[in-house]
Amino acid sequence: MSILVGNNTRLLVQGITGREGSFHTSQMIDYGTNVVAGVTPGKGGQVFESGGTEVPVFNTVKKAVEETGANTTCIFVPARFAVDAIYEAADAGIELIVCLTEYIPVLDMIKVRNYLDTLHTNLIGPNCPGLITPGEAKVGIIPGSIVMPGNVGVVSKSGTLTYEVVFALTERGIGQSTCVGIGGDPIKGLNFIDVLQLFEEDPQTEQVILIGEIGGNAEELAAEYIADNMNKPVTAFIAGRTAPPGRRMGHAGAIVEGKSGTAEGKVEALRAADVKVADHPDQIVDLM
Amino acid sequence: MDLHEYQAKRLFAEHGVPIPDGKVAYSPAEARDIAQDLGGKVVVKAQVHTGGRGKAGGVKLANTADEAEEAAKAILGMDIKGLTVNKVLIDEQAPGIDQEIYLAILIDRARRLPMIMASAAGGMDIEEVADKTPEKIIKVHIDPNLGVRGYQTNYIADAMDLPKELWRDFAKLVMGLYETFMANDASLTEINPLVITGEGKLLAVDGKMSVDDNALARHPRLAEMRDLEEEPESEREARMAGINFIQLDGNIGCMVNGAGLAMSTMDIIKLFGGDPANFLDIGGGAKAEQVATGLRLILSDPNVEAVLFNIFGGITRGDEVARGILEALEEIGTDVPMVVRLAGTNAEQGREILKDAQMETAETLSDAAEKAVAAAKGEVE
Repeated sequence: MSILVGNNTRLLVQGITGREGSFHTSQMIDYGTNVVAGVTPGKGGQVFESGGTEVPVFNTVKKAVEETGANTTCIFVPARFAVDAIYEAADAGIELIVCLTEYIPVLDMIKVRNYLDTLHTNLIGPNCPGLITPGEAKVGIIPGSIVMPGNVGVVSKSGTLTYEVVFALTERGIGQSTCVGIGGDPIKGLNFIDVLQLFEEDPQTEQVILIGEIGGNAEELAAEYIADNMNKPVTAFIAGRTAPPGRRMGHAGAIVEGKSGTAEGKVEALRAADVKVADHPDQIVDLM
Repeated sequence: MDLHEYQAKRLFAEHGVPIPDGKVAYSPAEARDIAQDLGGKVVVKAQVHTGGRGKAGGVKLANTADEAEEAAKAILGMDIKGLTVNKVLIDEQAPGIDQEIYLAILIDRARRLPMIMASAAGGMDIEEVADKTPEKIIKVHIDPNLGVRGYQTNYIADAMDLPKELWRDFAKLVMGLYETFMANDASLTEINPLVITGEGKLLAVDGKMSVDDNALARHPRLAEMRDLEEEPESEREARMAGINFIQLDGNIGCMVNGAGLAMSTMDIIKLFGGDPANFLDIGGGAKAEQVATGLRLILSDPNVEAVLFNIFGGITRGDEVARGILEALEEIGTDVPMVVRLAGTNAEQGREILKDAQMETAETLSDAAEKAVAAAKGEVE
């Protein structure tokens, strides 16, 4: 077992013929992910080939799903087309949408979330590195070489910082069940709490690492959730303890966030929920 | 991107929000002429991208054109939270102020909806009001499919005890502020204070607005409103190159891919007794040119005594970064010690490229930070 992606994943790649899309599709195939289809409008009928594996390219997601039974998509298309790509995947009945694209406007994401919430579609991202279930499937760009199968669930708002932490785990021989990069945009798909719940319910996962950063109050909400709902131990790291406070325009941000948003506020909230918080990424393993 | 008060208020006015007559001045003489045209009774306001202008002395009342000139002379060139005042807004004074209201629209991340915040206790101390008496802040969420409804503005007006005869105008004003927010992809529209004048009318005497950077491509008019004078040159150069750069006052330059990892790298430098000279995120998938630009920016700071590269490749490739480092070094030539830590995608190839470059290498983040801190202290073997 694992969460969200694994041996049952039948992956579609939207933007498979682009520079990043093609490079990372090859990496995903190399890792052993079952990539069943690609979509690039106007390039239907082409075949994407990598290391002996042939992936048919379709013009639309609907067609790709009908022909291949894809159940998960990974979106590599540029920001101005990415919102459309999410809607298209949701409309075609894809169960899990992983959107790596960065720079999507917030008001667009509000509409996307409103729409997805009326369906049974999960979104991860946007602006995230995707997720990986070691030994089974990699959806996104987390390097396959730094993970190993095991029992630690990792959920993170950050991209490369996740690699740092996972790499440290693997170096010490501690494997992972699934590593999920949810992205740091203000409005996104799955949040810390959604993923924590999945880990709590997953029989393979024995403990969880949460990686947060300054801004917003997702870490504080996660702390509340952990205190009330989780039995599995959680260890955390918060990036940005030494970041200088930014200049604020207006008072609205301060009124809404109060003390939450700062690293101290987050660390305090997590510790109050019996979460061990590391001082630096390499220290997480020592605390587990 | 933050807008100035004068820009924000003009955008509000396009959607029917009442604002005072006014104009921007760049010199005391200009301030005098504008004040003359407005009848003499004006308020002179520093235009800088930060809150707390009033408390810093950047807002002054003037009752004659002479006084306006004096006020402008005092405010222009003033330093407010590290920003130099280059222009002032000259606004007609409100005809008496009966009450100050707070009104803002922003995104509530947790509910994933735009939210109106309002309070009858507006003015400079609104944050204290929110902290000590949170019940005085009224919050109403807006469904973008429905927009602001009349019952919602009635609810806010009622909760604030607004005089009944102002409810209709208040509704129009809130809807106008919301339209401004949505039409411009704003992340904040704020009026503080929204005053009830001596004549019993609503007037937005202040205005603040921030726009979603990700949406600027579809708002060329807003993109042109960027005030290049407010942005330090190094940060502008970085923005043009697609790099996220913030100058700090330490002596260890950092180049990292990804904001979270960049912050963690700064945190660990501090933890090990060093002091970061900057925050620099070269972004995802950076090319050699971006790396070179980043290194130039770091080395243009005379305080820098060591540079730490921490690159964990995913979408960014280690060999690209290595080429960028060499490119920049060839051009600049420096004896500042450098510590490089490459991991992830194509890290091996990157290390190969840097093999002859006389740079200290590190395996882990802790190791890299320790070496950089030692190098900055001159403790290199």
